[in-house]
Amino acid sequence: MTIYLNKDSKIIVQGITGGMGSKHTELMLLAGSNIVGGVNARKAGTTVTLNDQDLHVYGTVKEAMEATGANVSVLFVPPAFTKDACIEAIDAEMPLIVVITEGVPVKDTAEVFAYLEGKQTQMIGPNCPGVISPGESLAGITPHTIAGKGPIGLVSKSGTLTYQMMYELRDFGFTTAIGIGGDPIIGTTHIDALEAFENDPETKAIVMIGEIGGDAEERAAEYIQAHVTKPVVGYVAGFTAPEGKTMGHAGAIVSGSSGTAAAKKEALEAAGVKVGKTPSETAELMRQILQGAEG
Amino acid sequence: MDLFEYQARDMFEAHGVPVLSAEVITDAGDAAAAAERIGANSGGVVVVKAQVKTGGRGKAGGVKLAKSPEEATAAAEQILGMDIKGHTVNAVMVAQGASIAEEYYFSLLLDRANRTLLAMCSKEGGMEIEQLAVERPEALAKVPVNPLTGIDAAKAAEIVEAAGFTQDQDAIAEVLVTLWDVYREEDATLVEVNPLVKTTDGQIIALDGKVSLDENAEFRHPAHADLEDKASTDPLEAKAKELNLNYVKLDGQVGIIGNGAGLVMSTLDVVAYAGEKHGGVKPANFLDIGGGANAKVMANGLDVILNDEQVKAVFVNVFGGITACDEVANGIKGALEILGDSATKPLVVRLDGNNVEKGRAILDELNHPLVTQVDTMDGAADKAAELANA
Repeated sequence: MTIYLNKDSKIIVQGITGGMGSKHTELMLLAGSNIVGGVNARKAGTTVTLNDQDLHVYGTVKEAMEATGANVSVLFVPPAFTKDACIEAIDAEMPLIVVITEGVPVKDTAEVFAYLEGKQTQMIGPNCPGVISPGESLAGITPHTIAGKGPIGLVSKSGTLTYQMMYELRDFGFTTAIGIGGDPIIGTTHIDALEAFENDPETKAIVMIGEIGGDAEERAAEYIQAHVTKPVVGYVAGFTAPEGKTMGHAGAIVSGSSGTAAAKKEALEAAGVKVGKTPSETAELMRQILQGAEG
Repeated sequence: MDLFEYQARDMFEAHGVPVLSAEVITDAGDAAAAAERIGANSGGVVVVKAQVKTGGRGKAGGVKLAKSPEEATAAAEQILGMDIKGHTVNAVMVAQGASIAEEYYFSLLLDRANRTLLAMCSKEGGMEIEQLAVERPEALAKVPVNPLTGIDAAKAAEIVEAAGFTQDQDAIAEVLVTLWDVYREEDATLVEVNPLVKTTDGQIIALDGKVSLDENAEFRHPAHADLEDKASTDPLEAKAKELNLNYVKLDGQVGIIGNGAGLVMSTLDVVAYAGEKHGGVKPANFLDIGGGANAKVMANGLDVILNDEQVKAVFVNVFGGITACDEVANGIKGALEILGDSATKPLVVRLDGNNVEKGRAILDELNHPLVTQVDTMDGAADKAAELANA
């Protein structure tokens, strides 16, 4: 099995007519995703043809869901409109929204997160590469050519470190790899993904990638200690990051003595997670676990 | 982006938060005139305050009371140019003097852990809040604030009650509502007032404020660009910003270019580990060129890094995900052509991922004397550290 996304997932794209939206819809189709349409209020009723497939553009998420039975929406909407696009999808009771957009004001994300309270929707992101269940479906921008299906579950704040880690472990493959995003507030956390991987019988081991800022890794470590029985290998980026500087991701900042990579590594190790010093060493730790399980 | 106190004060005033009148000056020669204007309503008494983005100004001698224009001039002369914890004082605020009866604390900030907003309030203001939180946590009320509803009159009353105020509740609550306006309307991530004071004539006033703004929200606030402290921005960081590059200057010898924030952070770490074996060399910068590593972006990135005199070698670490490695290799090739003779430092390149063979072949064929290719990230970091230590 996979988590969050499988071959039966029916995906629509909010912002399908934009540059990023159309480019990545094409790549999602190549990855085998079942894209059933797109949404753009100003281009409702038109059709876009991507990868030889005609995709209908609906005026609203609600219409798109009624017409297609879509259960996942991927958002390539500019930052200024992301909040409204999320709220529209939440109001339509879309089960899963994957927000790729980078640069969303944190106040908007905080409002969307508060709006999710008591609603049916799960949000992944913003500022994330999305979810890939190799061989089944892609909802996001992770290159589908890096690695195939296999026993590893991966959860990461970073897109390129997700790609790097998938590449290092491409001979094993992945059930699902999920990029949760590098913003200060995100919809799906390390803990959410860890829980889903723990409950997925096909996931045999988990790679968790974190980075400086906040205390999500520390809390994930507590969760692992209490609830995760599968082996978890970890990696944390940003040991050399100076205090008070934002390192690319809006959430990647050491404030005073909080949010340091050292504290995160220590917390993970205290929870029994093997933490690699470099991405390659982390991959090697996973390799040993999986080879041990085979032998 | 963190604001100076005077910028926070101006922002408070614009949103109806009660503040004292004040002027900011950068030349001590302007202090006397400012003190005359500002002191007119406070018996000639003003406070001259260093404008630096760090705490502990008072202890460092950066805040002085002046009872006449002459004293204000003397105070400004002493404070301007002063170094406070590594921050040079380029401006002072001349603020109206006030007779303070009580000092309180209030802040509203983004609570990452709980994915909401958090108001903190105390009857004991003036001291470092971290210290209060540790020493007397019961004196610091923490009240979650729903970002959708914010601080309305009822929420403000709840915060005031939680902090244990037994008088002036309404007046304080009213000020908290105006501070919410600042938070919401300016897209702040922090609004802190320390101290919030009650004067001897019973007014509630925000005496000192700290505001952090969300840079992702700049598209809604074109005026925020003017609040940037250009004078103390590192010149290389300023240049990179102009070129639209995501760059942070660090103190080291190995210049770094990579794609994706996580991978670049990781590259810095791997270089620092490798440096332990090569004379302790360190990464010189963070530079994320993002997905589209074309020749122009690569050339701009290299241009910024090669202008860093500390840099002895450059490590280009790219994982071809969406971008193919052959495009990146052509980007490096094009960048070296654009830079010509101004490229003088060794370049270690590690390409991996999509179309890696084609990418490596392009650089092999280029056979540039400055370029060394290494296949793995760890190996390339080691090579770059070695070259930077040569």
